[in-house]
Amino acid sequence: MRDYMILQNGPSRSFAEGDAFLAGASDAADVLVLLGGSGEQLPEDASKAAILVELDTECLGVHTGEMSGREGSQVLGFARYRNGNDAPTNLIELVRQPASDPEAISAATLMFEAAGFSVVVCADQPGRIIDRLVRPKYNAALRFLDEGLATAEAMDMTCRMGLGYPDGPIERVERGGLARHCDISRAIFDMTGLPSYMPARRAVVARAREDRQ
Amino acid sequence: MTTSIKVVAVCGAGGTMGAGIALVAARAGFRTLCYDTQDASLAGARKRAERFFSKSVERGKMTAEDRESALANLVDTTDLGALAEADLVIEAIFESLEAKQTLFAKLDAVCAPQAIFASNTSTLSITEIASGCGREDRVVGMHFCLPAEMMKLIEMSRGINTSDATFETAWGFTLAAGQKPVETQDKPGFILNALLVPFNNDVIRAIEAGLTTPAEIDTAIKVGLGYKMGPCELLDLIGLDTQVRLCEAFYPVTLDPRASAPPLLRRMVAAGRLGKKSGGGFYNYEQQ
Repeated sequence: MRDYMILQNGPSRSFAEGDAFLAGASDAADVLVLLGGSGEQLPEDASKAAILVELDTECLGVHTGEMSGREGSQVLGFARYRNGNDAPTNLIELVRQPASDPEAISAATLMFEAAGFSVVVCADQPGRIIDRLVRPKYNAALRFLDEGLATAEAMDMTCRMGLGYPDGPIERVERGGLARHCDISRAIFDMTGLPSYMPARRAVVARAREDRQ
Repeated sequence: MTTSIKVVAVCGAGGTMGAGIALVAARAGFRTLCYDTQDASLAGARKRAERFFSKSVERGKMTAEDRESALANLVDTTDLGALAEADLVIEAIFESLEAKQTLFAKLDAVCAPQAIFASNTSTLSITEIASGCGREDRVVGMHFCLPAEMMKLIEMSRGINTSDATFETAWGFTLAAGQKPVETQDKPGFILNALLVPFNNDVIRAIEAGLTTPAEIDTAIKVGLGYKMGPCELLDLIGLDTQVRLCEAFYPVTLDPRASAPPLLRRMVAAGRLGKKSGGGFYNYEQQ
């Protein structure tokens, strides 16, 4: 078991109040977990084996700064994957930079695994792993719905029965929140410029309706 | 579910998909004409049918009597003229527009005027396949999933000229065969491949962009989304060369950049890393 301490800088999307991970924190430890981002200034503490910044849709570089592809230290990013506003899953996406300290990655991985999570490590790229891969699919499915390719039920049933998925793209993106999908897609689109991340009409509508409330 | 269809013919019944479709029809009680150009491939399919139905009996999914009657429903032929008695012909030959059009034109001269032609294509337009066959109003898309004898889903689509009566009769057949049809427009990839092929390409592009490893992507997708299989495992299973062929079918029609074959995919195919069947793809299978 690797000890960790927590600094709460804002609301956490990974660990809600009462989450066992919060209860497992120590008052002092050489792994520092910053929830809700890095606060006004990223703490500089060379004595820490790892400093873990909880990310939302932004890249880790926003917190650490970047240096022509040579950036990296014991500061890593992380997020517990959740489908939009659905409950968080058991997956931690751990974000590294080109020159991240391998010992920091190892310490963070061990800490999260000891807390019962599955950990995957990825580069500091828009959407990390899952959102990068699924958001274009959800946008496509929402567009197919508008274009009349098939009904929502037909698309969802096709993915469940034809691919063995636990749910289909429309039911999943709606369950996670179309407005949240709009936010995530837009954030990735801003960073990549790829049309596949342009939020589908239904997501933009949902975002506009939430904003009106 | 009642249906006016009594006799079903499957073209390409010696292949994996065709043989599976024939099993579905025969199991549901339809007299099933299994057509292929080679006796040897039909003989192979017959052996697989015997094994499959025997296993179904062992697993308690059918009685020994049902097995015998299902096998008796399968009638092998290399004579296209023998398909004259078919009410429904399902083609599952290779994915070539020209080959499918030629087959349907030949069948039009053989089959009764009211017979319906169905295509199991996963990538081609039903309207284009039907074009020039002489009975464009009696052609329908009927895309089974692999392995057809295990998977219930069928994507059903109408060509521009498909009549409502044709579609309804074909739909009724799938229900009578115990399948689950979904209706989709006649667009490239229908639902399944229209969502899956670009998604798999996005996965390959993410690997090429240095996001992470295939194993990490598979873990993320399985843990985060609850999929039984990761996309890299799936790509290795379906074959990276197959993924290239799917891209080459979709991209020229859709011009969707996500449907174009990623450079890494082409390099892997050029290197002979086709997936499980070649001993290596995103993973190495040589030790297994």
